[in-house]
Amino acid sequence: MTNESPSAAPVRFRGGQSRGMIERSLSSFVSGLEHALFAEEVAKKNGLLQRLDPRIKILAGLPLIVASALSRKLWVIAALLALAIVMAFLSRVPLRMLAKRVWLGVLGFTGLISIPALFLTPGQELYRLPVPGWAITWQGLSAAAYLIMRAETAATLSILLVLCTPWNSVLKALRVLRLPIVMVVVLGMTYRYIFLLLRTAHDMLAARKSRMVGPLPGPEFRRMATASAGVLMSKSLQLSGDVYLAMRSRGFRGEVYVLDEFQTRWFDWVALAFFSCVTALAVWFGR
Amino acid sequence: MHIPDGYLSPSTCAVLYGAAMPFWYAASARLKRVLTTRLVPLLALSSAFCFVVMMFNIPLPGGTTGHAVGVGAATVVLGPWASMLALSIALLIQAVFFGDGGITTLGANCFNMAIAGSLVAHGVYRIVSGKTAVISSRRVVAAALAGYAAINVSALLTACELGIQPLFFRDATGTPLYAPYPLHVAIPAMMIGHLTFAGLAELFVSAGVVAYLQRANPLLLAGSSAGVENLQPKSSVSRSAWNLTRRLWIRLALILLLTPLGILAAGTAWGEWSAADFSHAETRQKIAAASGNVAPPAELPQGVGRLSSIWNAPFPQYAPRFVRRPAFGYVLSAMFGSGLVIMFAAMVGWLAGRRAVPNSGSGEGGTGQHDE
Repeated sequence: MTNESPSAAPVRFRGGQSRGMIERSLSSFVSGLEHALFAEEVAKKNGLLQRLDPRIKILAGLPLIVASALSRKLWVIAALLALAIVMAFLSRVPLRMLAKRVWLGVLGFTGLISIPALFLTPGQELYRLPVPGWAITWQGLSAAAYLIMRAETAATLSILLVLCTPWNSVLKALRVLRLPIVMVVVLGMTYRYIFLLLRTAHDMLAARKSRMVGPLPGPEFRRMATASAGVLMSKSLQLSGDVYLAMRSRGFRGEVYVLDEFQTRWFDWVALAFFSCVTALAVWFGR
Repeated sequence: MHIPDGYLSPSTCAVLYGAAMPFWYAASARLKRVLTTRLVPLLALSSAFCFVVMMFNIPLPGGTTGHAVGVGAATVVLGPWASMLALSIALLIQAVFFGDGGITTLGANCFNMAIAGSLVAHGVYRIVSGKTAVISSRRVVAAALAGYAAINVSALLTACELGIQPLFFRDATGTPLYAPYPLHVAIPAMMIGHLTFAGLAELFVSAGVVAYLQRANPLLLAGSSAGVENLQPKSSVSRSAWNLTRRLWIRLALILLLTPLGILAAGTAWGEWSAADFSHAETRQKIAAASGNVAPPAELPQGVGRLSSIWNAPFPQYAPRFVRRPAFGYVLSAMFGSGLVIMFAAMVGWLAGRRAVPNSGSGEGGTGQHDE
């Protein structure tokens, strides 16, 4: 949750760093918006997964993720990852983007976390580092491989599920998992207002940044950042009151209806049968 | 803090989904009863706020930056029930849409950050703020401590969940199948980072939001705006309940801490022998000595042998398998046992209360109809 600043010297904190921090927050907001736009573009493509009924995708995709978590064999997890890559290719998801956003991201985080496991896990010694004299064990290497492979496979499968389906369809399809309809509506509204609040937060910080002519001392910048969070909370609750009144004025009485426009065709059933067989085989061979 | 997929075994994930379910159910039932038609927009906007606030980069002393979860601020303004639901929804969107945190581990992440975090933040805030005025500076300190305590309890829970993985889930060669670090590595690794930097980010956000709202919109802190007035539990009720039971809780805590005294007792309790004791020469002597020098039967009684294999206790001899120190095992078993009893009693109380007041939300609903 904490990331070291590249220029961590306290002396420079008063200087350009406060501007850097604003930029970092702004770039988080923009990358959130970018991710959503990119997902919408991919979801519109005419690929294999895009053609499937979203409900079938959820019923087929979630058990595959669970199967990758259940497996006690590395080759089974690797086979599931290979299947995910083939599906990505057939669904016209750019593999370069997948490598950059998912595989490298997971490798950077999980790979870093699993490095100490190479030395800390007791077991059969494979290689001893000449300088500090630490021993890499077979068990440590396997543990790191399990962790990285599982994390990569689950992340690829779940991102495919989301990238190849418009978000509103994902939400409506969640009803097959018996998610209450009110929660489906809340999730849909949350997603919509996330972008409004991201925009508001972005505008607040951008306005502040455009008026800054000199360096902002650290404590003052912290006060500004937390006060911005306070403004955002105040605006959110004010907005929820306004939205409520708008809903009431349009006749909302608490009942929620969701249009069910999904159609399941023979192609969907074939896909469900195929993925169910793959899941069953993965669970069987992964025991 | 967001545990990705692959770090926890499916059984741990299932247990934590199971642990989160009652809280989600209770929170949504309570909010639905209190807010009726306001539930959807309020929850949606609060969740969107929790999501966005997690993206803020907070500058920390020493030149680093950190992200806060926002659990302290959300709990202080929305109350623990709305906060745990709003944070859970934000975590769901983060996991499903942005790949931050896993789908199989969503139950664990929600339990650690949204549920435990909100409850801890609420408890600390109420205790520290006491009866002070809404604009009192003590409330800023209370919010800061609430955020700091909540995030550290969440981190501790996360570390414990990760730390028990190599103890329970290994393959035949001893390779850990999920998170590879045991408790004595996972707990310090998580806690050092959270007690210092990540905890500070939460502390600053909670305090900063409350300090800002005290100046700009104190009504929000009084819980009398935007439909959140009833989200906060009735303080007088909770305070009187706490006053009534405070001594009992303190005594229970003392007794829990004193449980390792059982180790000092010599010998075994008469009649509480296990099947293995009958084949142990030394234990047989002890049984005979405790039974007026009457020797126990040479063979294990058939009934004892048959029935003893029906159920294997998860904590045999009051010490879970992964605990090496018996004293710690005693305290852990005592906490687990009393926790189960308290949960059972709370559930019975909740069911009884629900039956006694079948439709307490009628007042709000009536107001709603009047508005039309």
